[in-house]
Amino acid sequence: MNRPLRRLAGVVALLFLTLFASTTHVQFFAAEDLRAKPTNSRQLYAELGRDRGPILVAGGGQVAVGTPVDDAYKFLRTYPSGPLYAHVTGYYSIRYGTSGVERAQNDVLSGTADRLFYRRLSDLVTGRQPRGGSVELTIDPVVQQAASEALGERKGAVVALDPATGDVLAMVSNPTYDPNALATHDAAAAQEAWQGLLADEDDPLTNRATGALYPPGSTFKIITSAAALESGDYTADTLLDGPAELDLPLTSSTLGNDEGTECGPGGKVSLIDALEISCNTAFGSLGMTLGADALAEQSERFGFGQELQIPLSVATSSFPTDLNAPQTAQSAIGQFDVRATPLQVAMISAAVANGGVLMEPNVVRTVRDADLDVVETRSPQELGRAVSEETAATLTTMMRAVVDSGTGTRAQIEGVQVAGKTGTAQHGEGLPPYAWFTSFAPADDPEVAVAVVIEDGGTVDSAYGGRLAAPVAKQVMEAVINR
Amino acid sequence: MATVLPVYPRTRRGVELLLLLLAVALSMSAYAVVGLTETGALPADFFLHGGALGVLAGVLHVVVRWRASYADPVLLPVATLLNGVGLVMIHRLDLAEDSALASRQLVWSALGIVAAGAVLWLLRDHRVLRRYTFTAMVAGFGLLLLPLVPGLGKTINGARIWIGVGPLSFQPGELAKILLAVFFAGYLVVHRDALSLTGPKLLWLQLPRMRDLGPLLVAWGASVGVLVLERDLGTSLLFFGLFVAVLYVATERVSWIVLGLLLFVGGALAAATTFSHVQQRVDIWLHPFAAENLDRSYQLVQGLFGMAAGGLLGTGLDRGRPDIVPYAESDFIYSSLGEELGLAGLFAVLLLYVLLVERGLRTAVGVRDGFGKLLAGGLAFSVALQVFVVAGGVTRVIPLTGLTMPFLAYGGSSLVSNWIIVGLLLRVSDLARRPAPEEPAGPGGDTGATQVVRLP
Repeated sequence: MNRPLRRLAGVVALLFLTLFASTTHVQFFAAEDLRAKPTNSRQLYAELGRDRGPILVAGGGQVAVGTPVDDAYKFLRTYPSGPLYAHVTGYYSIRYGTSGVERAQNDVLSGTADRLFYRRLSDLVTGRQPRGGSVELTIDPVVQQAASEALGERKGAVVALDPATGDVLAMVSNPTYDPNALATHDAAAAQEAWQGLLADEDDPLTNRATGALYPPGSTFKIITSAAALESGDYTADTLLDGPAELDLPLTSSTLGNDEGTECGPGGKVSLIDALEISCNTAFGSLGMTLGADALAEQSERFGFGQELQIPLSVATSSFPTDLNAPQTAQSAIGQFDVRATPLQVAMISAAVANGGVLMEPNVVRTVRDADLDVVETRSPQELGRAVSEETAATLTTMMRAVVDSGTGTRAQIEGVQVAGKTGTAQHGEGLPPYAWFTSFAPADDPEVAVAVVIEDGGTVDSAYGGRLAAPVAKQVMEAVINR
Repeated sequence: MATVLPVYPRTRRGVELLLLLLAVALSMSAYAVVGLTETGALPADFFLHGGALGVLAGVLHVVVRWRASYADPVLLPVATLLNGVGLVMIHRLDLAEDSALASRQLVWSALGIVAAGAVLWLLRDHRVLRRYTFTAMVAGFGLLLLPLVPGLGKTINGARIWIGVGPLSFQPGELAKILLAVFFAGYLVVHRDALSLTGPKLLWLQLPRMRDLGPLLVAWGASVGVLVLERDLGTSLLFFGLFVAVLYVATERVSWIVLGLLLFVGGALAAATTFSHVQQRVDIWLHPFAAENLDRSYQLVQGLFGMAAGGLLGTGLDRGRPDIVPYAESDFIYSSLGEELGLAGLFAVLLLYVLLVERGLRTAVGVRDGFGKLLAGGLAFSVALQVFVVAGGVTRVIPLTGLTMPFLAYGGSSLVSNWIIVGLLLRVSDLARRPAPEEPAGPGGDTGATQVVRLP
């Protein structure tokens, strides 16, 4: 019986080798990943009892603050405005980790950031319990409130940017949630809230403004126009083919206009008129003429394909590759596989508004230490030039025409010039389309650039970005201009 | 010409004492470190508590000298060190959680060591146990199924492998393990020839006869029954693994292993697809980080986070947060040690188990009687398998189960049972290493005829 006993020893060796390997995997190879898991609250435990710094909005109002309580954690994270800023601040939960700015700026808020080094040094010397620094956001509470009210209960998102600096003035995502429900120290209540949010089909935890990728629809025509103007072969008055239906090569299908009519007399329409009435056939044929490469390059200059940390993580918008002619035509009007976040669409308007220069979006303005001394103030960063100044001016004129007399008239503001573009994005047979609107105002001296997307855009044929989304954008722009 | 001379192995009791002192010194240093980190001073009862384990193990050492002087010298020190490290970690968790489990564990350690001593004292020859083969079977299966008795069984963490009498909880499966090892060894040493030499052949596999299959099917049925009724994959895996291993050693037939594995995998798959609690465990095992599993996988995930926080060298004793993990002192003592002693510490712990198991298997190889081989081999393998099931569950090799780390984890039933196993292994190893009684070598005796002839 000794031979099988020796073999059994071999099996035992195998069992233990497996354990040596799996333990090494957990404690060495996977350790970094495990430590970085969003649900890993060990860091939070290390911070227990520490005064976490507040998150403020522009003007100093607190939207996330540590409230002293009489339990083991000593401080309860509370969000005085509840759901209003949920997707910007994120949540801070002992059991489920952190998200949003709570996560992105955790080192500052918990007081462990290198930037707070001198502060920590003095804490060490004086034996003071380290306190967290505060983070002031670029969000303007008035604009945020206006955006939230304008969107109402509808599913979708609103982003407002300062075109000159990239500062995010408002960021709303619907449906939203109450971060207080997750931050509570009552484990059972937190669990119920968490499970409820996970079970919700509308996914309230996702920040649609930065984390959801939509087909941008006709708002993408701004980029197609930009590509045309930048090529040097087109002006706003160049005539394009705008038939009622565009024959797509290689296929038997066609690309049609929403009304099913020609875009101009004899099927000819100028570039500016095509944008004004959002002529699909004209932009489809224009896209095929310019080619997929030109569209891809122009979209990248507007920010597509770039990974952004603002410092919230932003989903990467994309323009598809390896397109044939009909796919290029579809993509030129923002359909097919073109995907963009609402933030990206706002960046298109912002770049045009800013004379063609694209600024890096940003939600954090100032970082202060616990004594409110400024540790860091962010200065505006350029991401690059999207279009020449001339092209930007031409695009502004074209987008003004959209609002003055085209599909976007509902965004008009008394006494202010508004430039914008509507969009209605199909995303599946029989599904209500997404209603888009992106704009900036005042057109001659832009203070704000906006993107609005509404997911349940009514019935298939009635949904125009102009009807649903433009009034929302209007209210947000007014809030900025009147402040 | 060379003559084979009788060899008189040294008893090695001195080595055992030395290793034992080392084990006690290591445990006491760890205890001191915890105290120094927590309060900056040695614990008030340092010499009382720290010395208790040393005194107990010392007494067992004396019993070994007296009653099993040729026993393997490594088993006792390894078991003592594991027991000591476990005690320190449980004490450390007591400090964090304001509980008093360590002193209870110390009492259980004493009981376990006394039980091991009693085995050595009362059981002069392990072959006596053969007489109780079927008694062991009845008692073993009885204990195994005891948690199913309504009113007696308790469901803890979804597994019904506990019995509760008043405030006391006991895992009868731990004791059943020993009894069933005795039964398997006793039964198979009698039936091994019938099992290994007859039966039809299928391809290269020599299949057993149908009537010999009976006991295999019974063992399989019992394991799957445990899995289904007590909801514990670990216990089921442990018993079936033990049975197949002993069966293989007895019959030297690979076909048993193949059949056994097929049966077990089949049973486990069927259970995994049929029963929601098994499905849930598997789902947690495969996707512990999925948002919808977070509440149920909390313990597993926190254990992994703890181990990750420990990294290569650990946070140091009393410097981590192993208390975040539910059941950090029992089910998850492996991750608690991983957090504070690091990968290095866990490697040391695993090597201690390797030593323990290897010494047990070596005993099985060395002992002359078939029953002793099967008993020692089975017990040693059961320890290895149990370590694998627990640590494998914590590190996500297999789904998590309700078994405990031998010697380390908090829990009286497990500790006492494992000390009894050490007692039995010591007993068998004594017989394995003890020289055969010397034959009077008269003139012209047998020894003179034994020659080794060197061929040209």
